[in-house]
Amino acid sequence: MSVVANRIRKDFYLDSVALMRLSQAISAMPGVLSAALMIGTPSNVRIMDDAGLLDAAGRSAGPNDLILAVKAGDMASAEAAFAEADEMLARPAAAKRGGAERRPRTLDAALAGLGAANLALISVPGAFAAAEARKALARGLNAMIFSDNVSYEDERALKLEARERGLLVMGPDCGTALVGGTPLAFANQVPSGDIGIIAAAGTGLQEVACLIARGGGGVSHGIGTGGRDLSEKIGGLTALAALDALDADAATRHIVLVSKPPARSVAETVLARVARSPKSFTVCFLGADDAAMPPNARFAPTLAAAAADALGGRGADAGYDIAARATEAREQLAPARRWVRGVYSGGTLCAEAQLVMRRAGEPFWSNVPVAGALDARPASGHSFVDYGADEYTLGRPHPMIDPTVRDAAMAQALEDSGTAVVLIDIVIGNGAHADPAGAAARVVGGAGSSRPAVVACVVGTDLDPQHRAGQVRKLEQAGILVAPSNARAAELALAISRLR
Amino acid sequence: MIANSLLSAPLKVVNMGLESFARDLAAAGVPVIDMDWQPPARGDAGRAALLARLDRLPRIEAANAAALERFLKADPVLVDVRPAGEVLPGLGDRMILHAGPPIEWAQMCGPLRGAIQGAIVLEGWAADLEAAEKLAASGAIRFEPNHHFGAVGPMTGMITRSMPVMVVENRAFGNRAHCTLNEGLGKVMRFGGNDAEVLTRLRWLASDLAPALGAALKLSGGLPLKGLVARGLAMGDEMHQRNVACSSLFVRTMAPWLARAVADPAKLSGVFEFIGANDQFFLNVAMAMGKSIADPARGLADSTIVTAMCRNGTDFGIRVAATGDRWFVAPVEQPTGLYFPGYTAADANPDIGDSTIVETVGLGGFAMAASPAVAGFVGAGTAADALDYTRAMYDITVGRNPDWTIPGLDFAGVPVCIDVRKVVETGIAPTINTGIAHRKPGIGQVGAGTVRAPLRCFEDALVAVAATMGLA
Repeated sequence: MSVVANRIRKDFYLDSVALMRLSQAISAMPGVLSAALMIGTPSNVRIMDDAGLLDAAGRSAGPNDLILAVKAGDMASAEAAFAEADEMLARPAAAKRGGAERRPRTLDAALAGLGAANLALISVPGAFAAAEARKALARGLNAMIFSDNVSYEDERALKLEARERGLLVMGPDCGTALVGGTPLAFANQVPSGDIGIIAAAGTGLQEVACLIARGGGGVSHGIGTGGRDLSEKIGGLTALAALDALDADAATRHIVLVSKPPARSVAETVLARVARSPKSFTVCFLGADDAAMPPNARFAPTLAAAAADALGGRGADAGYDIAARATEAREQLAPARRWVRGVYSGGTLCAEAQLVMRRAGEPFWSNVPVAGALDARPASGHSFVDYGADEYTLGRPHPMIDPTVRDAAMAQALEDSGTAVVLIDIVIGNGAHADPAGAAARVVGGAGSSRPAVVACVVGTDLDPQHRAGQVRKLEQAGILVAPSNARAAELALAISRLR
Repeated sequence: MIANSLLSAPLKVVNMGLESFARDLAAAGVPVIDMDWQPPARGDAGRAALLARLDRLPRIEAANAAALERFLKADPVLVDVRPAGEVLPGLGDRMILHAGPPIEWAQMCGPLRGAIQGAIVLEGWAADLEAAEKLAASGAIRFEPNHHFGAVGPMTGMITRSMPVMVVENRAFGNRAHCTLNEGLGKVMRFGGNDAEVLTRLRWLASDLAPALGAALKLSGGLPLKGLVARGLAMGDEMHQRNVACSSLFVRTMAPWLARAVADPAKLSGVFEFIGANDQFFLNVAMAMGKSIADPARGLADSTIVTAMCRNGTDFGIRVAATGDRWFVAPVEQPTGLYFPGYTAADANPDIGDSTIVETVGLGGFAMAASPAVAGFVGAGTAADALDYTRAMYDITVGRNPDWTIPGLDFAGVPVCIDVRKVVETGIAPTINTGIAHRKPGIGQVGAGTVRAPLRCFEDALVAVAATMGLA
């Protein structure tokens, strides 16, 4: 027996991440089976309806209304949930001390308060992001667009306008950047140094920056281009602008360029621009095994190799003895355990792991496949799933923020008798979960003694709020093998699976 | 090679969206402002697209800068008090001017009808109120907005030709604006009162007070208003709900001139007694001043600045610079506020009056921060809330008036020049401080509070301005 009850708040807006956090808290209340607070957009209504959370009132909500939906054991529990939700929604207002905390509603008012700003950090819903970025550019601000769901047309128009004005547009879908030593959005605390990075701006940038830091180097700036910048339609506009900016930047000595293999014409343009630069380059087109480089650039096949090259050849993961560790791990495993199950939160890391398999000639499947992956998921075999992909984050927080979804998948992979190695990434830094290693360690701790091997990498530094060394210790205490880079982690997983 | 402003200068960030990004930056010591971001134009994609086309358009920016300059350069001086028929050209027999945008008898609310009946009897066009009502309904009386005659009036805003009006001259531009004398509290025509007591007082205003003030003002050479209002703001007035400081300053300044102008001590004491007992006396002065400040921007091509806001008890109307004399109207809203004992919201008439001209020039609800006392009276709550009311108005205006400052905001200037683009973008409607009239004529004021200007006026005006530029 259960009841479904809905409340509507007309013309109410709150950021979806904030609403999700509230939803989680309300769902955890006694007697509540599930709960959701969402703005009533058509897609949200569909999600909630599919979840069996809507009644007639909820279905009639408009796109500017907040729907509070509760499924509970009885009506009293539902009412208690609504009361708690009301209180939590009211709390920011109640916590207000005096008028000094009123936040400006317009960019003009914000700029009046701040003086000459040089960056707009935009993480509003995608449908509104381009317009906000345009306003920022018109006021002389550079823009970092964290939002996704921005059209190609808007992205190209924004980047052309930025070029006209001598400004940078990072993104859309730019999750991370480092400007003058300051991490932006989901980013790690990395010492300042003389290496500049230009990357799509996801975990690829984070991994390279952290490996440089752990290898004793530092980063001048890490500029995120957004995942589509090097496509034919966008033409690498931000990458080219970033090259100009880093060329002019006295603090930058060497530049690392990280990307999926770009469109051929764009690769030619970008590499021609690299050739004209007075600085030296490491180019990592992740997925290409090699590419013709101009004299001032070297090719690196993995993120780890790129970081090592930028450091002059010896990376943070040098000297890691994979064979010995693999042999030791294999001794604990039943011979029937054969497959690597990659359970990822970072898309670029997931791709890098696949490339390790491809280079070794192993067949594999992935939901975010690199060239050479199997088309259909085999009943058994190596698999690499990115739980940060859209299909897993619709209406749910990204696994880096809340590892619940990823942890559930880990538990499942640990139970599979064909699994030799569960391969995971732990990403820390600003914006990330407070203790992802602790969460993963609990999952592994619950799996029993005859479980598969678990191999992890930890993307981050000891300067991050979660403290990388502490996270590594928690994983190792749970019997998880921690490799010094994602590439090494994938290689170790591969080695364990191949030993008999 | 041009250095990029992001890499070459220390980071200064405006954050919109996820709050945690701003928190992380602030913790890292980076100057950051976290905007209270909301979907623009209340999520309306069409209007958002129009706003994007008009954003930072040089033609509009230049026109609005010119409008702001005219507002700020204004030099309003109270110069005279004269019968309306002598100073409002075209105000003839059987004509009644009223508050708000145009309206016909059939659509008028109770207080407005009550006031009109009283005005008809006052002018002698009908023998009694009953006859006056028939006359008004017959179509034999012409009704026109005050704004069409260079005038404004509080609440019902009655002006007929025999009523005295104050004359404010904007000496920077040479234009004049007019407003009736404030009748005081209780049973008054501005709240729809029309009995013998109301008409007797109005006759006294015309026979005694107006000639006395007119003569005193002429002797004085005129009363400059800008500095007087500045002092009033520092003394806790916002010039809509609260005028006690400015009314006192007015009497103090005019007393010597009144003493010289009025020979009969009984008449002189009557004048002092009347003004001294009326805390809101200065409201009408402030209103004429407001119109004299805003009018020079009227008709300024390409400008999206609001030049008038007013209500007739049925509709709220605004004028915007670029569209000149055109009204954009929407049903007026019900004020929310505190009621005098014995009255409730059920007694309240919808919002009425030309007094919103003071908000149009940055006073009233826009200057709430100067007047914490009003914040309590109107139910806005704490003094901190009063600051927030004013801060919110900075989001929808293009400038600050450095001559009119607010002590509680570290002497920041009041927000001035409402930009319809910003109102539509933010969905923040101008806040108006207002008195609340009883819905039945003759009862008078039953409370006070705040009311929001309806957003539709601004949305329609935005499209109309864009149309004048070929951009709609």
